[in-house]
Formats: sequence, structure tokens, C-alpha cells
Amino acid sequence: MEKRATFSSTTIGLIFIAPMLLLIFVFFYWPSGQALYWAFTLEQPWGGGNQWVGLQNFQQLLSDPVYWNSITRSLVFGLASTAIAMGVALVLALFTDRELRFHRAYRSIFVWPYAIAAPALGLAFRFILAPEAGLLSVLNSVWPNIWNPALDGKDAMIAVIIAFSWKYIGYNFIFFLSALAAIPRSLIEAAAMDGAGPARRVADIQLPLLTPTLFFLLVINITESFQDSFGIVDIMTQGGPARATELMVYKIYFDGFKGLDYSGAAAQSIILMGLVVLLTIVQFRFIERRVHYK
Amino acid sequence: MASIGIRGVRKAYQKNAVVHGVDLDIASGEFIVILGPSGCGKSTLLRMIAGLEEISSGEIAIDGIVVNQLEPRERGCAMVFQNYALYPHMTVADNIGYALKVAGVPKAERRRRVEATAKIVALESFLDRRPMALSGGQRQRVAMARAIVREPKVFLFDEPLSNLDAKLRVAMRAEIRRLHRRLGATSIFVTHDQVEAMTLGDRLVVMNAGRVEQVGAPADVYNRPASRFVASFVGSPAMNLLEGAIDRHGVFVYDGERRIEVPAAVENRLVGHKVTLGVRAEAARLVEAGTPGSLPATVDFIEELGAGRVVHTDFDGLSFAVAVTEPVALAAGAAVGIAIDPADIHLFSSETGLRIDAAPAEARADSA
Repeated sequence: MEKRATFSSTTIGLIFIAPMLLLIFVFFYWPSGQALYWAFTLEQPWGGGNQWVGLQNFQQLLSDPVYWNSITRSLVFGLASTAIAMGVALVLALFTDRELRFHRAYRSIFVWPYAIAAPALGLAFRFILAPEAGLLSVLNSVWPNIWNPALDGKDAMIAVIIAFSWKYIGYNFIFFLSALAAIPRSLIEAAAMDGAGPARRVADIQLPLLTPTLFFLLVINITESFQDSFGIVDIMTQGGPARATELMVYKIYFDGFKGLDYSGAAAQSIILMGLVVLLTIVQFRFIERRVHYK
Repeated sequence: MASIGIRGVRKAYQKNAVVHGVDLDIASGEFIVILGPSGCGKSTLLRMIAGLEEISSGEIAIDGIVVNQLEPRERGCAMVFQNYALYPHMTVADNIGYALKVAGVPKAERRRRVEATAKIVALESFLDRRPMALSGGQRQRVAMARAIVREPKVFLFDEPLSNLDAKLRVAMRAEIRRLHRRLGATSIFVTHDQVEAMTLGDRLVVMNAGRVEQVGAPADVYNRPASRFVASFVGSPAMNLLEGAIDRHGVFVYDGERRIEVPAAVENRLVGHKVTLGVRAEAARLVEAGTPGSLPATVDFIEELGAGRVVHTDFDGLSFAVAVTEPVALAAGAAVGIAIDPADIHLFSSETGLRIDAAPAEARADSA
């Protein structure tokens, strides 16, 4: 039996959890509740009362092709950046796990990007990917105007995807590396004795044993791509050019704080929150159903 | 089947040497047991033969071909790991058949061979299970089957029985022995359990601190341990060892003044030398206290083994075990005498730990 420390009086227990409850209430339940309320009303931008409108905000949103566009862009952004961030991280982790030279150094260096705030990261990539002086300006000197995220929507999308992926590679890397380290060495050796070369061992032994980690990271990455992308988009493209990088989370900010459409933005928040909740439920159902290998 | 030649093999991690030059020739079809305490380098040696560990210097040849630079899969060895190393996400059938699958054996033939192998280890009815749903003994058998199915030239066993309970271990020991007789493949079995080693091996290789101490048939190793270490490691209870010196003609003196007679043939060249005297618990006898020529001791405690018993005595502050077959009615603290036949005495140099032969081998054979 697990040993539990219990408080003799309920009051002490309540006092201990009070600060955390307060924080969660102030920064999550209260704003969420407020957003939910606003989503069903028409809010005056300068204050001074509101009007109950029922589902009209949602109806308006869902009939707006611009909003559907932002959903599509979010999905493209989410899937592409998740694929890149997880794919690259997996390859790096596999190499590090094989203890290539300097693997100890990689191990710590690869986590650092995750600690960088999104705006700082966005700024850095804005310079790196700048068409006139950045790394990719070489392309422009060979084929003029092939790369310009300020004008070409596709280039802009690629730029934000690269920036976001770069940040999450380090995060995913750590998870993959520890999951790989948890695979008993003798399994790999047994496979080597059975005649499997390194690539074959990855495909037949390591990847199947990584599946719980793969699914966990898949959902975390997609969820984060819906939420954590704001800073990068805001600094690098501000949703442009011509709304090409207007992701759901950026549109909420833009419509709400620039367009002063509080009610529309609130409705968008509710839809985004619903989407994230849905993904989280899928994750829990899926991972709980999976047998953990031992 | 294949012979294995190990010549001057060393292993060092950075500057830390763990195997200091091992030479060993293993005949085709032989069952060799490498015995030694944890950390003696026995597993490292096995892993070097398997190709899982690089060889720092020296060479290993399988069937006359030097395999130093060959990948594990090119050496034709199969290995059974201590923790079995079964693939948890594959069924028993897939575990057994994995090597064949990698080798590109067609599905139908693979199936046939997996089933035939499963039959050998009595696993036919478990082929669809995952390793997690098996008992320890069954997992062990899957690991064996995985090795057998490849029809390897050499079987390598890395302490495969140490995770089993005592009863199962004895059963698996017999099974491995039968299997070897049936398949006849050269086998190398690493263990720290001397009973396992004695019962399984055609020959024992006793290792200590990265060196081979003795190579020989189990009975030879038991009867004529080549060093103090082997004497203390092989046999249960462990051999009684006393530190002392040869004082004069045929007398071993320990603890300043106590004497034990030793075989006459050794004394001349050894007078004045410091030696370790060893007597197996089975070779010493308990006699009435005060019997002439016996060593006075008191009973410390008695270990009851059912078929026999080991009387642990205390004599002059040293502990000395005597194995007896008949029941004894002795209480702790009772005074007894210990009688030792000079022919049963082993002497080891205190300096080198090596065996000092009491007499030429022929003389010993006569007296036996």
C-alpha cells in the first residue's frame, strides 16, 4: 500500500491548497468563464453594458470563410511543425543514444531552445530568414525573389513553421532520449545478435517501444502549436502577408485587441479551447487504452 | 559446431583494464563454463566473443577465422541473456523467429522452424502470447528457443539462470545439459554459481580479477585447485584456509605455535616459507576432544542440510567448517577435536597464492 501523509484537520489541508486554487481560479476559470459569457453576448468595446445574442457569434464565425481559412492554416501549421519537430528530434535522439562523439554536449545543448521566449525566438528567426540579408538570401542571389516571407504567403508560413519547430525539437528530443534510454540495452544487443543492423534495430525494436512517447508528444506538439505559436507569428509576420499566417490564436488577438470585436474573439477562444480539450481527451483515451510495454 | 581460440585477449575501458590477457582453446562441441565472482571479467570475455564488446588487444578466432573485426551477426553465435532480453512487443513466435525474419527466411519455412524449436523447449501452446504473459521459466525457454532456432555454431549463455528460483534453476540446468547433448553445439556458459558450473561444464574456466586462474574438468578443479582463490571459490562450504608457515620437517605452524602435520614430501624446499593451508570441510573429521593428533576446537553452530550437516567450529579464534554425514548431538560451545589426514591438505604460497604440489602427481595417484 502506498503511504500517504494525511492532515489531522481539514482546515490545514484547505489552507495549503488555497494559494494554488486561487491562482488557477484567477488565471484560468475566471477568464474562461468570462470568455464563455462574452461569447454569447455582444460586448461594447468601450464598456457600458452588453446584449445577450445566443449563438449568433458562433454562427457568424462559422459562416465566415476567413475564419475557416485560419482553421485550415492552423492545421497545416500544426501538422507540419509537429512532423518536423518530432522527426528531427527523433533522428537526433537516435544518434545521441548511439553515443556518437560529443553526445553529452548535445544532450544539454538541445534543450536550450525550449527555454527561449517565443518573441525572442521570432525576432531571431526574422533576421535569420530575412530575404535581403539572412541565411536564405543566398537563394535570392541565385534565383532572384524565390524567397520572400514578407511578400509570399507560402514563404511566410514556411518561416513560422521553421521557427516553431526549432523550439520544439529540443523539447521532443529530451523525451525521445529518455524513452530510448529506458529501452534495456540488452534488447538492442539481442537484436544485434539476431542479425539486425542499426537501421533494422531502430525500425523493429526501438520505434515500436517508443510508441507511448510518440503519441504523447504528438498531442503535446499539436496542442502547443495551437497556443504557443502566437509570439512567433506576432513578431515574424503579424499574420501576414494577406492573412497567410493568420493562425487561430493570432486571429483571436487580432480581432479582439486590434479589431475590438471582443465577442467574436471570445467565441473564437471558446472554439480553440474546445479543440484543445478534444485533443487532450483523445490523448488520454488513446494512451490509457495502450498497454504499456514492460 | 565450431572451435574457438582465444589468444592474449585483453579488455580495457579507457585506462581501466578488466580482462588481462586470456588464452583459451575450446574444442568443437565442448561445454565450457566460465566461473568467477561478479566483476571478474567473465561476462566481458563472453561479450567479446559475441562481438558486443570490442577487443582491446589479442584475437578471438571461431573455426579458425579471426573475428575481431566482424559484426555480431557475422560470427554465427547465439546468446542467451541474463534478463532474457525478449522483445516485449512481439509474440513468442515472433521473438523466436526474429533472427530468421532478419535473415530473410520465407514465412512458411520460418513458421515451420519456429514451431519445431518451440516443441524442443515445450512452448508450442504459448506461441501467440506476449513475453509479459509468461512466467520466469517460460521466458527463459523463449530465450533459449530464440538461440536454438538459428542453429548457431556457438551458444553463449550469460548467467541465464540467475533470475530463476532455486527449484526452476535445477530443472533448467538439466534441460540445458540435455539440449547440449542433443544439439552438440559448442557452448560457453558464464556463471558465478559454482554448483551450476560443476554440474554443467565439460571444463571449467575459473576467472578472478580479469585473469584465468584455472582451466580443467570440474573434478580436477575441485580436487586440485590451482590457487588459493580457486580453492576458496569452488566447493560449498568454502574450503577452510589457515595462514601460517612451514616451520620444520612436516609441520605447519599457525598462530605462533599451533601445529598441523603436512605431507612429508613438501617440507624440505618449503621450510621457513609462509603458506596458506587448505582443507575441505568434507575432508576433515570430527573426533573426541583430546584425541592425539587432533586440533582442539569448540562448536560454534551447526548448519543442517538434510542429507548432511556442516559443523562450524571455532578454534583459536579462527572458524573451521567440518562436513559430517551422520547426525551429531553437539551443542554450541562443546569441545571437539578435528582430525585432518595429511593427504587431504592443500598448500598455497602466501606470496603468489599459487598451489604448492605436495608430491608428484603419480605419488598422489598411488595414495588415492
